[in-house]
Amino acid sequence: MHALALNFDFLFSNFSQLTITGLALGAVYAMVALGYTMVYGVLQLINFAHSEVFMYGTFATLWTIYFLGGTQHTSGFALARMFAIAMVIAMIVSGLVALLLERVAYRPLLKRNSPQLMALISAIGASFVLSESMGLRDNLTRWIGLNDNLSRYVSGARDTRGLPMDIETHKLFPVFNYQVTNIDVIVIVCALLMMLLLDQFVRRSRLGRGIRAVAQDPESAALMGVNSTRVVQLTFLLGGLMAGAAATLYMLRIGATRFDAGFILGVKAFTAAVMGGIGNLRGALVGGLVLGVAENWGSALVGTQWKDVVAFVLLVVILLFRPTGILGESLGKARV
Amino acid sequence: MKRPALPSVPLPAPLRSKQAKIVGIGLFVVFLYALPILDLPIITTPDSDFGGVLYTMATYVLVALGLNIVIGYAGLLDLGYVGFYAIGAYVTAVLGVQHGNWPYLLTIPVAVAVTMISGVILGAPTLRVRGDYLAIVTLGFGEIIRLAAKNSDWLGGARGIQNVPKPPSVHLFDVPHLKWENGTVLIDVTNKTQAFVFGFIDYVPYYWMALTVVFIVLIADVLIKSSRVGRAWEATREDEDVAEVMGVPTFRYKLLAFAMGAFVGGLSGAISAAGANFIYPDSYQITVSIIFVAAIVIGGQGNRWGVMLGAALVVYLPERFRGLEEYRILMFGIALMLLATFRPQGLLPPRVTRRAKKLEREIEDLETGDEPQEVTS
Repeated sequence: MHALALNFDFLFSNFSQLTITGLALGAVYAMVALGYTMVYGVLQLINFAHSEVFMYGTFATLWTIYFLGGTQHTSGFALARMFAIAMVIAMIVSGLVALLLERVAYRPLLKRNSPQLMALISAIGASFVLSESMGLRDNLTRWIGLNDNLSRYVSGARDTRGLPMDIETHKLFPVFNYQVTNIDVIVIVCALLMMLLLDQFVRRSRLGRGIRAVAQDPESAALMGVNSTRVVQLTFLLGGLMAGAAATLYMLRIGATRFDAGFILGVKAFTAAVMGGIGNLRGALVGGLVLGVAENWGSALVGTQWKDVVAFVLLVVILLFRPTGILGESLGKARV
Repeated sequence: MKRPALPSVPLPAPLRSKQAKIVGIGLFVVFLYALPILDLPIITTPDSDFGGVLYTMATYVLVALGLNIVIGYAGLLDLGYVGFYAIGAYVTAVLGVQHGNWPYLLTIPVAVAVTMISGVILGAPTLRVRGDYLAIVTLGFGEIIRLAAKNSDWLGGARGIQNVPKPPSVHLFDVPHLKWENGTVLIDVTNKTQAFVFGFIDYVPYYWMALTVVFIVLIADVLIKSSRVGRAWEATREDEDVAEVMGVPTFRYKLLAFAMGAFVGGLSGAISAAGANFIYPDSYQITVSIIFVAAIVIGGQGNRWGVMLGAALVVYLPERFRGLEEYRILMFGIALMLLATFRPQGLLPPRVTRRAKKLEREIEDLETGDEPQEVTS
């Protein structure tokens, strides 16, 4: 079993690089984890299809950049503007997909008071439908007869599709022996900013209070005049918006996506949510960052092919010592 | 106390119907064994070998019986069941060809034992965490097993292991298949199944083997469900705290459920490896686990007939409609959503649910102060 030799030299000589790229990766995990954690906090339900909401965001980003005429030579300010627009579009698309998901896959079940596990099955079904309709988009558009006009967008439906340009990185400032790039800074700052906004929204706004009320006690909240359907919708919408923003940041870093790209990222994000304490917004942030950094360290130590194993072993270890996650479960109990 | 002697009158009706039931079940069992031979039109799968499909169905039914213990009886959501399935298959392959030369039948007890131990190792730390956390931890376990097999050369790496041993062949007699042509039945002399020859082309003997194991596990399942253990599981599932207060050592019973589930999962994996000829890590993806869970839930978790039906359908329907090839997963997704919406209890809900529902209705009536209404259905 030569694969399990511990490579401490590599870990320590690249420590700052591994940590910073890990934080950037973790920031994306954290933003997707928010969607899982909020829905779980309000409905006690694993939104299995949230990974597909993210995947639609990556395609929305890609297509917006195609649509705005991004070429190999686009760079600098034009590129930045393109990505800014793409992020808005991706957030809108992901938000809409999340709302659709709530309407089609969850609300009919909640109305009928279905068992929890059935909602999970419905979500799994929705997840298959969403990812497969993206993977079959060439056939589906051919049926409607739009294939010729959209060929740039729908061709190669089952292949990995990448951005037309390589994102140039600029070295900004050194941290020990690693030159932090502009992409690292953009991803981390952007993610932290979005999460700060969301956190403040949930803690301070009137709508946020509604979310917390339903998370804490749905029946009492309903008696106090909170429209729980609206709250659930809002929760899905917020999760979708965050996933859309995460998708653009992901595209900025990775640059390519596929119809099934959501699945493994979704599993990781859910792991992050559980690790931080499910139902807890700040927990999702902590969980995401810890997971991202630990994955990078771990894969440096034991080899990249064991990256996912490191993530899950860490999860088990954390749950052993803190059964409710690092920060505990508390969407409802958040202090004002 | 002496019972009064039974009067010697003709058999009472219930007894006669019981006999009829036994005969009926017997005929059904024979029908199941004969299914690949009959090759009935409409039922048979035109685009893939019917015997092979039936064999896969039988292994999935076995998986469903095992997973039903974990999800249906004990109420533990296990999303990494494929891990046990993989361990069973890998132990058979490793002992049989990769690092040993064991005969197939000897590898099965070892495979089952190893799987059970791994179930306990996984369960002991994780069963203390509650509910949905278990889902993600088990999911991680399934993925770890796959990655471990993929990344270690000792287990054959990504290419997997070839020439998995097969059960010993005993050629006793030939069974000709039937052939249906425009409503007439012919005996196809060219297409014969050699009874109990485990080869590479004809999967019917494998199906018979798997089906036999299904029946054995089914009997064990009936016995264990109606025993003290089964009731302890039920109590734990319904309310863990109350069960604990009533003196049920819930953790121990949950661990037992996990180990039993792992046992059947490993058995199923070992049986599936026999016909597979070669096994490789990427055939044990999380998606397989999710399909297992889907089979349980759509069939009706907790009802053994329901989960068996669910598992059979999950394999059969995609194979039957192979013509739709690329739309299969899309259709499966739509079917899951429709089923979840319109049949939330599963295809065959367990009887307990119906009883509990009635009770629930009565309690609701009491709360609202109405007279208990007669249910018209």
